[in-house]
This record gives sequence, structure tokens and C-alpha cells, in this order.
Amino acid sequence: MAAQTVASTTESTVDLGPAAALSCRECGHRVPLGPVFACEECFGPLEIAYDFSAYDTEELRKRIEAGPANIWRYAPLLPVPADVATKPNINPGWTQLVKADNLARELGVDAGKLFIKDDSGNPTHSFKDRVVAQALEAARAFGFTTLSCSSTGNLAGAVGAAAARAGFRSCVFIPHDLEQGKVVMAAIYGGELVGIEGNYDDVNRFCSELIGDPAGEGWGFVNVNLRPYYAEGSKTLAYEICEQLGWQLPDQLVVPIASGSQLTKIDKGLQELIKLGLVEDKPYKIFGAQAEGCSPVSVAFKAGHDVVRPQKPNTIAKSLAIGNPADGPYVLDIARRTGGAVEDVTDEQVVDAIKVLARTEGIFAETAGGVTVGVTRKLIENGVLDPTKTTVVLNTGDGLKTLDAVAGTGLTATIRPNLDSFREAGLA
Amino acid sequence: MSVTVRIPTILRTYTGGQAEVAAEGANLGEVIADLEKNHTGIAARVLDDQGKLRRFVNVYVNDDDVRFEQGLETATPDGAGVSIIPAVAGG
Repeated sequence: MAAQTVASTTESTVDLGPAAALSCRECGHRVPLGPVFACEECFGPLEIAYDFSAYDTEELRKRIEAGPANIWRYAPLLPVPADVATKPNINPGWTQLVKADNLARELGVDAGKLFIKDDSGNPTHSFKDRVVAQALEAARAFGFTTLSCSSTGNLAGAVGAAAARAGFRSCVFIPHDLEQGKVVMAAIYGGELVGIEGNYDDVNRFCSELIGDPAGEGWGFVNVNLRPYYAEGSKTLAYEICEQLGWQLPDQLVVPIASGSQLTKIDKGLQELIKLGLVEDKPYKIFGAQAEGCSPVSVAFKAGHDVVRPQKPNTIAKSLAIGNPADGPYVLDIARRTGGAVEDVTDEQVVDAIKVLARTEGIFAETAGGVTVGVTRKLIENGVLDPTKTTVVLNTGDGLKTLDAVAGTGLTATIRPNLDSFREAGLA
Repeated sequence: MSVTVRIPTILRTYTGGQAEVAAEGANLGEVIADLEKNHTGIAARVLDDQGKLRRFVNVYVNDDDVRFEQGLETATPDGAGVSIIPAVAGG
């Protein structure tokens, strides 16, 4: 079953709720809903165009608030069928928005103004469950039975778990040298897990070629041919943050950048809430966070460029190690449009930030969370981020996935099992 | 220099559905010009109005991303494989 064949035969029957068509973000060319991801006119990214015209603001708000405690409460705003909550899926989302007063004190932010959106609470412990849940519904709609992806680790686990739940085959591709924790967390779900000798960009290139080959026919690559649907899952972070703040926009958000898709979709989600009248229209700033060892977007932002020059990644923050970020130019646009910025921190600062977040708030973040907290601190120190404004910092994954990053953290003391030994160790 | 060019799905309307085609040229720019001779219209999909690679197109000569090499001036040795790939994947 070739991808293009699927596109042409399902356009009139596919039920993806309010999703009306695919529209090129670059040139506006529209095509019917289908498993295609790049514009045939200009290669630009296709994204979902919706028809929200029938919604009454207050009815929509009530419908959302009465919905399940997962992303499907926002089904009226997503490319999914209305009965999505009844289908076998991993049902991620509605993760904690933690008021981080201890961290605020440490960073010099006003009390009550700093929040961590802790997406380590998802079923496979990263935000990737949100996007995969979306992609799974698209795969179902287009008749695929195999889920696949290129992954820096977190996505591999999310795809494996979603495929297991839904009864799909999964075959996912990762760089061969990923953290062991992520390899185990991806392999445990029983799908095929293939290491590629190369970095993430090499893996991504391979998957993009596989999709055009007969060997990849009938496969739903969540972040390639299903990417327009998959990416929409990140909008739910914006929806949840605003609803959890009492249907208010935050003043500032700090978001990690890998491909840049998450940041661009958070912005899209905020804009949709404004247009639908679910939040008051007021300015907000979006800040992007990268590790110095893979900082193509940060470098471009600081240089004033509107294109991103690819880099060869070299950082412990492997979940963000995409040297050729597909949505990089859009991140630059959004950071500049909203008055935000893109900043990067060293691996040493990442590790320190992981420890600070754990020590102050009891949240053990993976390296990507160290990047956002580290960048938040740097932006405050540089006077770029306003410590008096409501700020939401994303933690997109669980520290248990990247234990190597904090290797050496361990016992305070080893003592004999008696009180004298306890006192001698200075623990009394 | 004769090379093999892998064509992405969205450009196969220009190659009669072929996933791989042969082309001639000592560098990438020449290869694309030769592709255009045999598959009219394909160059305008890969290059922008200024004749540069579109920003959402990745091109590899063998395993090397030409953006890390010399762009359209990247040499295409005899027998090389050239891949044209949409850049919007991944993440």
C-alpha cells in the first residue's frame, strides 16, 4: 500500500474531527488529508487546517472541562475522531503544572510566578506520548498497521508502547549509541528496535528514504509521513498550561528545541485559544532552549539569521541532539515575533540544573529538562527573562532515562549499623 | 560523471514514477541541470527563484549533506549516489 495511494483513496472517507485539509506553511498550497508531509510545490511542511467555525466559546469550554483527564479532553481542537477516547491508545496528558516556589527562590523569581510543566508523568515518561497518540489515530484512519519513527530515544519508547496498546506492529530506528535506559525503555514493548550507525540526522535521513521505497510501504512513520498529525499533539501542552492556570496565558514559556516542532505547535495552540476566546488576548513570550553542543537555532538567533545552519551534535542532551532541525526557521520567527529569545547552556550547566530542579522541587528531569531550567537561569541572570512575570518551564522527560548524565550522584556516607557510626559520620 | 539520483515520492510525477534516475554532471548544480533536461519542471521544485537549494530540501552526495560541503558546487564523482529528501521530517 503506497503512501500516495492511501492519500488519494481516503480523502473523502477519513474522519479526523475538525481537521479539514493539509496546508503548506510556506506557500499555502492545500491538499486533502492524507499521509503526506511535504508540499509538492515547494517542499514546505504541511500542517493541519481546521474548521472551528461551529464552536461556541462557552460551550466548548464546558465540553473541555467535562472531558477525560488526558489530551482527549481537547479532542474538538485536534485531528482525531470525536469518539477517540473509546479507542485503544495510551491516553497521555493532563500532567502536573507544579508551582515551583523553591526553584523560584533559587533563581530569583517572584513567589507564585514560576511553574514547571512536568511531562515526565506521561505513560512512557516523556512528552512524546502526546504526539504519538495523535499519530496513532492518523495511522488508524489511513489504514496503516505498522508504526515507525526515527528517534533520539523518547519517541521510540512512546511508539513501542502505543503500538503495543493498539495492536500495531512497531519498528523504530535510533542512533546506535543512545543512553542504555532509553534503549531498554524502547525495547521492552516488544517491537523491533534498530540501531543505525550514525547520529539522529543520519537516522532521520534513512527513514525519509525508506518511506519512498517499497520496503516502507504501508508503514506509518509518526514523524515523517504522519508528521502533520503527530506534531499537533504538542498543542495540548499549550492547552493544558492555560487551563491549569485558570484559562490564562502565561507571560513567558521556556521550551526545549530539538526539531523545533514542539515550540511551534505550542505557539499554534496558544493562538488557537486566543482566537476561540478561551483565553484573554495578551502578549506572551516564548523562549527556546538548546544545549551548546547542539545549538543551531540558538546560534542563528544570536547572529540575526532567519535560516539555520546545521551542526554535528555533541552533547549529553541527546533527546535534543538534532543538528538539522526541520522547524528551526519557524522557531526563529516565533521567538522574534513574541519578543522571546533562543539561548543555550553547556553540558555542565545542564547537569547542574538537573540537580537544582531535583533538590528544590523533587522533580528528576532528563537532560532536556536540565536544558530548559539551565537556560531559564541564564536568561534571568542576563536580564532577558522577567522574574516578576508568570513563567512556565517545560520538563519534557524523566531523569530515569538519562541516569548517565548524573553518574557520581550517590551515597552521602556508608556507616556501620550503630548510632556511634551515625554520629561519627556527622549525620546527627 | 554519471550519477544515480534518488527521487522523493513528491517529485516522481516528473520522473514517470521512477524512484531512481541517472544523471550527468561534475557537481550537484550540473546534475540538477541535467535532470531538468530529461525531466522538465523538476529543477524549479528543488531550487528557489535565485537558483539556490530550497530551504526545505536536503540533498546528499553519497552520505554527505551538501550544506556541510560546497552546496551546489559539491563534486559528484562518477558512480556517486545523490539523494533528494524533504527536510521537514523528524523531531
